[in-house]
Amino acid sequence: MTRPLGRIWGLLALPVISIILSVVVGSLVIIVSQWLVGGSLEPGLAIDAYGALISGSLGSFNAIVNTLVAATPLLLGGLSVGLAFKAGLFNIGAQGQFLIGALCSVIVGVWLRESPPIFAIPLSIAAGMLGGAAWGFIPGILKATSGAHEVVTTIMLNFVAIAILAAMVAGPLDAPGSPSPITLDVGNSALPVIIGRNGHIGLIIAPIMAALYGFLLYRTTLGFEIRTAGANPDAARYAGMSPKFLIVLTMSLAGMLAGMAGAFELLGVTKNMTASFGTTVGFDAIAVALLGRTSPIGIILAALLFGALRTGAAAMQIQAGVPRELVDVLQATILFFLVASPVVQRIFRLKGARSGLEDTTSFAKSYGGEGGTI
Amino acid sequence: MTSDIAPVQAPALEMRGITKRYPGVVANDGIDLEIRPGEIHALLGENGAGKTTLMNVLYGLARPDEGEILIDGAPVQLTGPTDAIARGISMVHQHFMLVPVLTVAENIVLGEETMANPLFLDRKEAARRIVDLGRRFGFEVDPDAKVGSLSVGWQQRVEILKALYRDAKVLVLDEPTAVLTPQETQEIFVVLRGLAAAGHSIVFISHKLYEVLEIADRITVIRRGKVVGQRVPSETDEEDLAELMVGREVSLVVDRGDSNPGELALEVKGLTVKDDRGREVVHSVDLEVRSGEVFGIAGVAGNGQDELVEALVGLRKPSAGSVTLAGKDLTGRGSRDVSEAGVAYVPADRHRFGLVLSFPIADNMVLTSYHRAPYSRGMLRNDAAIARTADERIKSFDVRTPSATAKAATLSGGNQQKVVVAREFERDLRLLVLDQPTRGLDVGSIEFIHRQAIAKRDAGTAILLVSAELDEVLEMSDRVAVMYRGRIVATLDGRTADKNEVGLLMATGGRNAADVAVVTTDMKADLDTDPDAGSAA
Repeated sequence: MTRPLGRIWGLLALPVISIILSVVVGSLVIIVSQWLVGGSLEPGLAIDAYGALISGSLGSFNAIVNTLVAATPLLLGGLSVGLAFKAGLFNIGAQGQFLIGALCSVIVGVWLRESPPIFAIPLSIAAGMLGGAAWGFIPGILKATSGAHEVVTTIMLNFVAIAILAAMVAGPLDAPGSPSPITLDVGNSALPVIIGRNGHIGLIIAPIMAALYGFLLYRTTLGFEIRTAGANPDAARYAGMSPKFLIVLTMSLAGMLAGMAGAFELLGVTKNMTASFGTTVGFDAIAVALLGRTSPIGIILAALLFGALRTGAAAMQIQAGVPRELVDVLQATILFFLVASPVVQRIFRLKGARSGLEDTTSFAKSYGGEGGTI
Repeated sequence: MTSDIAPVQAPALEMRGITKRYPGVVANDGIDLEIRPGEIHALLGENGAGKTTLMNVLYGLARPDEGEILIDGAPVQLTGPTDAIARGISMVHQHFMLVPVLTVAENIVLGEETMANPLFLDRKEAARRIVDLGRRFGFEVDPDAKVGSLSVGWQQRVEILKALYRDAKVLVLDEPTAVLTPQETQEIFVVLRGLAAAGHSIVFISHKLYEVLEIADRITVIRRGKVVGQRVPSETDEEDLAELMVGREVSLVVDRGDSNPGELALEVKGLTVKDDRGREVVHSVDLEVRSGEVFGIAGVAGNGQDELVEALVGLRKPSAGSVTLAGKDLTGRGSRDVSEAGVAYVPADRHRFGLVLSFPIADNMVLTSYHRAPYSRGMLRNDAAIARTADERIKSFDVRTPSATAKAATLSGGNQQKVVVAREFERDLRLLVLDQPTRGLDVGSIEFIHRQAIAKRDAGTAILLVSAELDEVLEMSDRVAVMYRGRIVATLDGRTADKNEVGLLMATGGRNAADVAVVTTDMKADLDTDPDAGSAA
């Protein structure tokens, strides 16, 4: 039953099959769209596209560093969503926490742009983490006190975050004399580059956070409480834990991780903020957490994969002429096959395979109401 | 009654030499079972004996490794539940498979829709057939009632109707009485007898000996995957069946010995508790439990016992009154404080409160003590200590599992309860609250848990035992309180109390018949949907 190989396959089967299936679907999309638009049937185009995707993300030292840089916020965001999952909470709000984190770190970063880096950098990062934590605390406290469901509140807070960010960048943070809304550069607050042209220090900190995430969940009593509250809130209450406290704490920690992702993206990559700051990192993070099955190593691997896809997309567009949006198709189909895991399991006769989310039943159980009685 | 049916009558269903192996275990080992038309055939066995596997084979959910199934003498290969249903085999599960927000009729036709045309249901025709079926077997049910508003007993009847609607000839009931009150049990027995009389065959899975003796025409006993005997109720008794089931002589009566009550442990004064809907369900209850004594609370389920216990252990805030343990005020304190004061609690619902099913057994063994040394060191878990304790307790409480890392969900019900008991009995305690500690367990496990509780009592722990099983309360308790509609209506000596007297107190609260007939608002919901309730009271 517990042969190590069998267990590893049980863990990996679903993600791996989902990825393979999405590659197949992606190939079909490439070939069929080429046939519809260009009128020619070119099965080789799919191979060209994937070749460019791989060489663009892994083919050179610079490409690899770019992949790591892209993977860093995804990793932290994935940890944010994964931690909430473990507590039975669905943090759709990683995107908002990411944006508020970036906003707070740009405010502090710009303010300290001429201070010594030894103060400027840690304070700017801390500001981002605090901002994200505050943005996670709000849905947490709402759920604990009134039962408002975190899925609803975090989605709404995402929009609030976007609006705040736009208002700040166009208003008080707008650099004097700039043609379009943009903040000043963060100057000395920028993260130091430790590898390649743009490999900032977050590349090291993010995996350390993944290790801390695993340590917290599996080696501490607090982690045991979080997992218990996620798996069976009634049993948590019976065991003398305080699910309400755990909800608030977990959401704040999740927000902190997403806020850290925002801080790194801002201080390490863009170094200033425009109204269009922020891609879809917070949403991709949900896919990363699911693909990584909420385990720290899984989330690292999933973040690397999605980071590589993002990085290789440009090369694919230039070299193979396949639009970079194909990456979104791949990402979405991976997620699709993961979520449809019962169907995939059935087709591939995977008995032991699990999506890894069976533990966390409560987010699916209550939609908007029950939270108050926890 | 019908034990002397001539063997020439062809069996409605026959299972021959059924063997089903799972990795590491032979769940069924050459089982022969023969169900005659119109008979109620009880399948008796301990938790984990292989009853469920056998029924899964019969229902097409598991393919047997060896053996064959014959329906009306013809061998069949069952490919799944749909196939089994098509061949006239239906199952009523212990946990009902009903949609609470749909009506009775909608639930019954689900998957077998009677269509007026390709787009729409023929509700009228479906309702007519349902009422008709109910009338034929003596339990008319309103097809338009929402299932969620029905009592458990009536939900079960809906499940049975669902089977009959699909023309079931063989009806398998998996522990049908586990969720029912004694009164509802009697009502369902009437229904089952009616079905048998109409020629349906019934497979009645249970481990309650007295019920099996009451309802079955024949009894097949399974132990560790094998048929170990077949009996006719008139030629056997509970002791005989228990011995067959467990494989050794079992004491069905608790050997409680003498108790030496000491100083006052738990003192409850004027405790008033509301339920989740804000209705007052415990009215000003006073009780005292001394160390070294078992104080039993008898009552039909739903008379406020659950809320009383939850208020005592810190899961529910009382609206008035006080709870004192050894002189320390615990009123309104949370479950952690109560636990630290020396109270352990075995909850009635082990799946909801007692266990985290997706966690390993080891984690469950420390669910209420993970924060204490040696299981934690400061903020950190001490996995080595947890694993060591888990292994020790698995051994000393005879939990049947391959390892402490197996998930709690993989254990049978009896073994799950042993995990809870092992965990809660471990510490030195002032008070042990046992809420239905043996519900759903087989006789072997019941005997074991009773003996452990008596040992705890002899060690000076005060024990508060709540149970709907009258026998259990009377055999265990030094003093018995009867709870009726949120009040303690009598407190009796547990060694001299008369079972009938207590039973009557449980059913009526000790008032005269005129009082009982008064319908209070909280009973009305039941009466609306349960036409039998009024007449049976």
